[in-house]
Amino acid sequence: MEFGIVELSRLQFAMTAMYHFLFVPLTLGLSILVAIMETVYVMTNRPIWRQMTKFWGMLFGINFALGVATGITMEFQFGMNWSYYSHYVGDIFGAPLAIEGLMAFFLEATFVGLFFFGWDKLSKVQHLVVAWLVAIGSNFSALWILIANGWMQNPVGAEFNPMTMRMEMTDFFEVLFNEVAQAKFVHTVSAGYVTASVFVIGVSAWYLLRGRHAELARRSITVASAFGLASAFSVVLLGDESGYDTSLNQKMKMAAIEAMWETEPAPAPFTAFGFPDQEARETHYAIHVPYVMGLIGTRSLNTQIPGISDLVAQAETRIRSGLVAYDALMTVRAERDATPPEVMQTFEDHSADLGFAFLLKKYVDDPRQASEAQIKAAANDTVPTVWPLFWAFRIMVALGFGFIGTMAYFFWRASFRQMRYPRWALHVAVWMIPAPWIAAEMGWFVAEFGRQPWTVDGVLPTAMSVSALSMTEVALTLAGFVLFYTVLFIIEMGLMLKYIRKGPFQDVAETEAWVARHHDRLAGRRNADAIAQPAE
Amino acid sequence: MILHELLSYDLLRVIWWGLLGVLLIGFALTDGFDMGVGALLPFTAQTDVERRIVINTVGPVWEGNQVWFILGGGAIFAAWPPLYAVSFSGFYLAMFAVLACFIVRPVAFKYRSKRDGFAWRNRWDWALFVSGAAPALLFGVAVGNVIQGVPFHFTDDLHTIYEGAWYAKFIGLLDPFSLLAGVVSLSMLVMHGGAWLTVKTTGEVQKRARAYGSIAALVAVATYALAGVWLAYGIGGYRIVGEVAANGPSNPLYFQVERTASWLSAYADRPWIAIAPALGILGGLLTFAGLRAGREVTTLLFSKLAILGVISSVGLTMFPFIMPSSSDPRSSLTVWNSSSSHLTLFIMLVVTVIFMPLILAYTAWVYRVLWGKVTAKDVTENSHSVY
Repeated sequence: MEFGIVELSRLQFAMTAMYHFLFVPLTLGLSILVAIMETVYVMTNRPIWRQMTKFWGMLFGINFALGVATGITMEFQFGMNWSYYSHYVGDIFGAPLAIEGLMAFFLEATFVGLFFFGWDKLSKVQHLVVAWLVAIGSNFSALWILIANGWMQNPVGAEFNPMTMRMEMTDFFEVLFNEVAQAKFVHTVSAGYVTASVFVIGVSAWYLLRGRHAELARRSITVASAFGLASAFSVVLLGDESGYDTSLNQKMKMAAIEAMWETEPAPAPFTAFGFPDQEARETHYAIHVPYVMGLIGTRSLNTQIPGISDLVAQAETRIRSGLVAYDALMTVRAERDATPPEVMQTFEDHSADLGFAFLLKKYVDDPRQASEAQIKAAANDTVPTVWPLFWAFRIMVALGFGFIGTMAYFFWRASFRQMRYPRWALHVAVWMIPAPWIAAEMGWFVAEFGRQPWTVDGVLPTAMSVSALSMTEVALTLAGFVLFYTVLFIIEMGLMLKYIRKGPFQDVAETEAWVARHHDRLAGRRNADAIAQPAE
Repeated sequence: MILHELLSYDLLRVIWWGLLGVLLIGFALTDGFDMGVGALLPFTAQTDVERRIVINTVGPVWEGNQVWFILGGGAIFAAWPPLYAVSFSGFYLAMFAVLACFIVRPVAFKYRSKRDGFAWRNRWDWALFVSGAAPALLFGVAVGNVIQGVPFHFTDDLHTIYEGAWYAKFIGLLDPFSLLAGVVSLSMLVMHGGAWLTVKTTGEVQKRARAYGSIAALVAVATYALAGVWLAYGIGGYRIVGEVAANGPSNPLYFQVERTASWLSAYADRPWIAIAPALGILGGLLTFAGLRAGREVTTLLFSKLAILGVISSVGLTMFPFIMPSSSDPRSSLTVWNSSSSHLTLFIMLVVTVIFMPLILAYTAWVYRVLWGKVTAKDVTENSHSVY
């Protein structure tokens, strides 16, 4: 593969997006866990829950800062590096991004300041509401960005307008209720909840191993394991495989993930292990589990899952249809209002395949001049590289089942074994901390790399989407981002570790001072005794 | 869906042109004082406690303020996709510099006081200074370039092509007029930051904020007036020729555009728009007087008026142009040729009408909760929970 501006731009996008997603899942989950802890505090008035809220809230804040900082890049780099993409689909893709700002970013960002600065300025219930608004805001932002991303995977509710040379929205509600987007949203926020649960359990386990802050750690594990167990089931069972039958390209992604070279009789077997060979279109040393693939992929016993070879043949048909659309488009553009109706009709009949004709732009300037060999090559290009998808997906799924097991075990110990945990389990929990991040990054890799060669499935090829920039410019910014992000990551990890090592001592002291200050005020209240009690 | 036909396409385009202004002004009014405070940090605060006072005046609100910037990006993407595509890829390296500042700033706020070392804190203070001053300057430089026109053209497929090599594209942004526009923007936001600090602090810090803020106000007024004179005599404008298809498809290549002698002919056609620059100058002078006299809340209001006047004067003068092309005027982006579709503009307007009042209401509530001066006592007693 030659390395040009397209590849360099993709590398920059992948780097900045995956880096951003190091912080997002923890924000999604920890915001809710902190709000749950504060809810328990407000309901029971036990100071220990206030300490927990403040301690985990502090770690949330350190993480949140980098989530915000790296998210800014995401909002602007479509225009910077993918200007043709922005022009071509901005009419649809821009809307959820703007709504995300209006509905989610303002909410979380306006109240996150008050969460940290408002302890003495708000009543307890007011502060609790603020905590929940931050959590809801964070989760809303996931909803809207996944509606945007879901549209790239399954572009519904839009059609091409030859007058403006771009896709335009025809039905907002189709974009909103896109089944791929909905599935992705549930899957992604669940992944965030699992991440935060694993993090909270891991850090608490480390305290228990050191014999520190046992009260805080035990309660934290209880909350996180209950929340984490539900989320782990959700992330695996409601994985975003639903919706993989919606379009040719989604089918191709699934076939690539499963290394299914040929269509198998339903229900297809699942390849648990093997070495996919793109050239020969076969998987070496494959271990098959009968029926499982058909069941997961189609939720039925008799629906066939098409294999890669069949899908390539379909792509070739669509390229030929796309060429008819492209030819008609040239007339429409030249004649504008004077276009003969039969040409307009031809264009409308074939415009759904226009994107497939664009696949040929990689080989010839005018797709209509493409040779048979080039058409075959372009059809072949619709197959993403199989082996990284195959492996990334399997690592993600294995980790997913691992989370269910871990969460179930901790939930059982918390519920039925007096919150006592054997040392080996605590060690496992500590070592488990990086696992959800690996799973989440693998998941995004599968979703985005599996969509290649398209930015918008079947509509716009990646190669056409880039800005007309020089290699130097993109190389400079890529180097800048790498440098910046590395320094910030080191600083963030340093602070995170510092505050974890330090533990909640300050939160304990601060809470005690706070309780003393407010003792008189609270003395007349119903739960005054509970407040005045020491943290057990 | 036919509901969107309720509002005509050209009307929606004008409304969204207005909302683009609202976003820019909202950003300048809120995040503007954060940047101004960052730029004033080394001048108004010497000891660590003083610096923490200054930082904590914006501590709880900068995050929400910064969303105006992010929403600006999102709303331009949704309502003006060609503008989003052309401007951010055109100002590529300058955009990167702005992004770098906006990436460092949140981290600097959050992390600065999380360690005790002098070197640690001093480095983050520098970061806050640069990430406040540099974008304030660069935004003005960008506006200066847009006023003069940017060298780009569209291909038949509407790919954007920029003239010139990458270094020329970047260095070329820094022409004298654009630098002057940068100084207007920087001094205006420093003035705004000074007005904010006057409201939120007391004693020495407040005194210094008033001194530097009033100097900035004078510089802002003087450079803004100078830019106006320059615009009258030294810089050409643009004009659409032939039929203006205000309801037509968003395709820049369907229009004809020519150069004119000056943008300021707009003031002959629409004399009422003179109210904007008048407000800019008057607001700036009143801010100067207010800072000198030691008035607090009214000065902040004057400063807001000045910003409102200055930013809206740019938009009103250029209307209907948004981003003219100097090398191929035909490719210029205007209100009539670079919006989203009729349906998208309508949907985004509905969403905005629902959420913007909500946002303003809860933002106002948060500011009210946090109302009051930040004092040395506040930052030393609550070391754990404030910056």
